[in-house]
Amino acid sequence: MSERIRIRLFLAGGAGLAALLAWGLAGLPAFGEFNGACALLINHVVVAQRHATDAVTAVNFDYRALDTLGEEFILFTSVVGLAVLLREQRSERERPPARASEEHRFQGSSYALRALTLMLVGPLVVLALYVDSHGALTPGGGFQGGVLGAAGLLLVFLGGGYLTMRRLSPHALVELAEASGAAGYGLIGFGGLVFAGVFFKNFLGLGTPGELISAGTIPLSSMAVGLEVTGAFVLLWSEFLDQALIVRHR
Amino acid sequence: MSELQAGLFVLLALGGPAVVLMRDPLRQTLMVGVYGLALALLFFVLQAPDVALSQIVVCTVAVPVMILLALAKVRTHEHESHDDEQEQRASSRGDRGR
Amino acid sequence: MSVLAYGTAGWLFLVGLYGIVSSRNLIGMVICLSIVQSSTYVLLLSIGYRRGAAAPIFADIPPGSRAVDPIVQALTLTDVVVEATVVALLLALAVQAHKRFGTLDPNELTPLRG
Repeated sequence: MSERIRIRLFLAGGAGLAALLAWGLAGLPAFGEFNGACALLINHVVVAQRHATDAVTAVNFDYRALDTLGEEFILFTSVVGLAVLLREQRSERERPPARASEEHRFQGSSYALRALTLMLVGPLVVLALYVDSHGALTPGGGFQGGVLGAAGLLLVFLGGGYLTMRRLSPHALVELAEASGAAGYGLIGFGGLVFAGVFFKNFLGLGTPGELISAGTIPLSSMAVGLEVTGAFVLLWSEFLDQALIVRHR
Repeated sequence: MSELQAGLFVLLALGGPAVVLMRDPLRQTLMVGVYGLALALLFFVLQAPDVALSQIVVCTVAVPVMILLALAKVRTHEHESHDDEQEQRASSRGDRGR
Repeated sequence: MSVLAYGTAGWLFLVGLYGIVSSRNLIGMVICLSIVQSSTYVLLLSIGYRRGAAAPIFADIPPGSRAVDPIVQALTLTDVVVEATVVALLLALAVQAHKRFGTLDPNELTPLRG
């Protein structure tokens, strides 16, 4: 199908879709007048029932923990799919730089860049751990903190080069981290089944709302998800980096 | 709706076509990073700090890095196949000359 | 007011779809897909917004005060991170397609022959 016919077909279909969207969106309650009973109920009871002050994280890791299990495994599966897609073909070979002197140096890499990025790696990793562990208390949680942790490793690549990053995050360790994060989250669910009779029920002591050790299994779930998301993103980036830097046609 | 929210909605409605109509993928990447920041600002104004935190990290760090690495790989591959073709042509010319 | 909020979401969806249909580059197509995804986030959060309400974090406001919907925020939050990995998968497909066909133009990709 040529491109012009395709675009004309899309414009015709898109007009119909726009009409349907307008009709559907007109039936929604007015902007600012949300009145869903379940959500408002959660806002009222989350501190009393779960001793967690962040309602969004409590919904993610406790009230609707099963959905988060599904989303986590979507993440895991797409990373596995990517690793399969970018595996070494017969017509390619990997040529990693043997010494630091023949490493890939991109334009603009100067001592200032290296100093700045190496200074920022520590605070970024600490921030990632903070956001991970305070998921139940303040805006944060496993998903955000996980990507922050992976960004710390990216800063190592920017400042120190490919070899340093590879040495700090070997393939086996990253895959182990990702898999244990995913499995850990599932095990917390089974812990709920074993100790409290319901899959993903909060079975640890709830503590005082506002303290770091509170809200039962929510901080644990948050750390497990953070580990998995960090491992997933480091794996994604290192696959693409390998492709761009060291995989060559045979 | 406050003026800030209305302004951000309009900004996003204009930013979407701006990203789509830019044809060069390199410039599109930068534009999508800026669009993601505007989206994160809208999320803040709609009282959703968790989502805004997620969106900032993903749309300015994770996604542009992957797109740029994919573009770099594509460009390296094009240079490589160009070099391979030139080598083959040079070697075949050398054979004929002998 | 509602027209602006929900209309932006619908408009972004259609614009992103147009970008996917008319794109000349596989990687540009993936970027337009992320525009379509962002339209769903805008719609979800606009539905859950309450006028004059605070964020659903009860660390410094008393529990039971007026707050926006936390469930749609939970949905959108996981969605943002997971869609980034799906974008990565599509980029890997684009890179492999380039290796196989030598071009990133979707009009030039021929179907695989057995």
